Amino acid sequence: MIDFPRNLLDLETLTRAQIEAALNLSASFKRERAQARQLRQSEQAGSSGKAGASQGTGTGTGPDRRGLLSGRTVVSLFFEPSTRTRSSFEVAARALGADVLSFQKDSSSFSKGETLEDTVRNLDAIGADALVVRHPSAGAPRLVARAVRACVINAGDGAHEHPTQGLLDALTLRERLGPLEGKTVAIVGDIANSRVARSNIHCLSRLGVNVRVGGPSTLIPVGIEKLGCTVVKSLREALEGADAVMALRIQQERISDARIPGTRDYARTWGINARSLALMPQSAVVLHPGPVNRGVELSSDVLESPRSLVMDQVDSGVAVRMAVLALCLRAEAT
Amino acid sequence: MIFLAGGRVIDPASRLDGVRTVILDGAGIREVREAAPSAGERAAHEIVDCTGMLVLPGLVDLHVHLREPGEEGKETIASGARAAVAGGVTTIVAMPNTKPVCDSASVARFVQARGREAGFAKVLPAGAITRGSLGESLADHAELKDAGCVVLTDDGRPVMSAGVMRRALEYARDLDLCVMVHAEDLTLSAGGSMNEGPVATRLGLSGVPAAAEVVMVQRDILLAELTGAHLHVAHVSAAGSVRAIREARARGVHVTAEATPHHFTLTDEAVAGQPASVPAAALSEAPACEPYETHAKMTPPLRAEADRQAIVGALADGIIDAIATDHAPHGPLDKQVDFASAANGIVGLETSLGLTLALVRAGELPLYRAVERMTIGPARALGLGCGTLAPGAPADVIVVDPERTWRVEAQALHSKSKNSPFLGWTLRGKVLRTYVDGRLVHHENPAQKGGVKS
Repeated sequence: MIDFPRNLLDLETLTRAQIEAALNLSASFKRERAQARQLRQSEQAGSSGKAGASQGTGTGTGPDRRGLLSGRTVVSLFFEPSTRTRSSFEVAARALGADVLSFQKDSSSFSKGETLEDTVRNLDAIGADALVVRHPSAGAPRLVARAVRACVINAGDGAHEHPTQGLLDALTLRERLGPLEGKTVAIVGDIANSRVARSNIHCLSRLGVNVRVGGPSTLIPVGIEKLGCTVVKSLREALEGADAVMALRIQQERISDARIPGTRDYARTWGINARSLALMPQSAVVLHPGPVNRGVELSSDVLESPRSLVMDQVDSGVAVRMAVLALCLRAEAT
Repeated sequence: MIFLAGGRVIDPASRLDGVRTVILDGAGIREVREAAPSAGERAAHEIVDCTGMLVLPGLVDLHVHLREPGEEGKETIASGARAAVAGGVTTIVAMPNTKPVCDSASVARFVQARGREAGFAKVLPAGAITRGSLGESLADHAELKDAGCVVLTDDGRPVMSAGVMRRALEYARDLDLCVMVHAEDLTLSAGGSMNEGPVATRLGLSGVPAAAEVVMVQRDILLAELTGAHLHVAHVSAAGSVRAIREARARGVHVTAEATPHHFTLTDEAVAGQPASVPAAALSEAPACEPYETHAKMTPPLRAEADRQAIVGALADGIIDAIATDHAPHGPLDKQVDFASAANGIVGLETSLGLTLALVRAGELPLYRAVERMTIGPARALGLGCGTLAPGAPADVIVVDPERTWRVEAQALHSKSKNSPFLGWTLRGKVLRTYVDGRLVHHENPAQKGGVKS
């Protein structure tokens, strides 16, 4: 069994070996899911019209993983709206056979004035084995971890970290670019308010990647280079010779808090289109954690080009969350 | 009479540092002399052997939140004044941000009456600058002065309108009242919960730039210069503020200032759970704690090491007149929450002297200067007539064992609230006796370590 933390609160404190172990397990889950999907599709094609065809759990799909967390309870606890991360975690937990409970802000006692600690202690007492926590405040998952026996997995806390996003981006990049040591990845956009940026900087720099970050100065936080990246001053500087670029979402709030004049003005300098893509080698790829503002961070043609890995990121997400749940809950995957 | 005999007496107001006998006569100081008590005096009076001890004027703390009236669950005037004397503080200035705000004679008189009833530290009220501390219209400054307020401040609620501040300074100047400012431009600090810098960036917390303080210090210095009023800058946290105050003093602006023990003992690394980067903290065996330590959340926030050093330098050369605690009690529900939601501030009355002595032992501030900043410095800044052992001064005196070590433990604090980042620290230097107007109001159990023989 790999030495992996019980709580996944950040990537900053993971070792390279721990990150690689998580990526390796994720890769095999992802492969199994792809095989199963392929088989399902071919069975559907082959059995079209035939009544009473067998349900697709045949041999050749690799091992059935539903035994791994059978009888365990995974609770997703989202204090901030989220569709993709939450459903990705829930699909992952179910794929491993876990029971899934889901709480969202306003749908439970969160709004009744209960403190965070009291809420999570209750879930702990119900018998949760893992709590998947998203919270608008940086550090909140650590507070939760201190209060409960269950494993705590950070699904994004304020502008701090989003560890599974960092892992899924690394997995997506690794599968397309090969080993990441010595590669160059540019992260462009709202670095200041981005937990995705921080997790990616920690994860990629630990894997030997040269990480560049860029965006308007209003969106570059003081001292970000101390996390293990270099700050670039222009999109050209970010993209030239890079193996990948990751564009981050620009929120409308950045206009009201006077960080940018508007999305159009942002796109003029930092938006990635076919012309800017030409600054990178042919093999270079484009990522975005979503949801994309078309025409702002990425032009539509870039988003839909074969160099865009945005949909592959979503696919990696489920596999990574399966791996993280299995590792934190100490489920032996063979 | 009471003879405090044979201790090292430091009274910067009298330029005194030497082994002396301090004689208390009723509520006043009779004299400080070299001669030990005679046999006759020994027979007739109470003699306290202070050999090896420090004998100092009672400490003066210009910046204390007592929470009464309104939030008595956090602190009362009695519990705060009790905590003060345990920390060697004999005079405290109570901030007006109570519920209701101290913007009227009735609240100011209530605070003093409660202080007198408690009978521990002397409690002097600060009145509000603006009505309700809303920053809009002036509070009744003359009424507040007549009711015993020693200074005006909207602490915690900066007066954002430069126009209102200008008029407040003018009006207060006519009354010979000092205006104390919590310097913070709320548009620069908006949304921030710690110092802006690499630590905040790493933790993903929004930062408050030092400039949020410095622009307001600069603004208020200009307005003090315009009006000829006396400005007192509360809890200076930034090197830029120190520079601004230094320049203002050089050109004759009447500006005084204070700094807190937490700002000269900690940096923003404490928010990340690493307090021990500072020499005084290392000496105090500061334990590491978890990141997002809400006891390290205050406003102004803990700053960078360069800011801390600028404050220490200003304490040494007198650009900062006073060490003040900004004692700010909060209950567990205010602090055991996520960092961004946590209340600002920490209790400080009982750790202030120990932390200052740690700064002295770390070689950053001479002992004499440290005592000056805790006694005559603050007293003179607001004209309080205490903070000295000169004959005829109030008999506010403390006896300190400079070598006794003690661990800061929540249950041992007299304050009702335990919100301190210094819990678990080992401090050296403990107050054994505190006299207020000649009455022994705090006496550390002498059986514990045998520090005092009487």
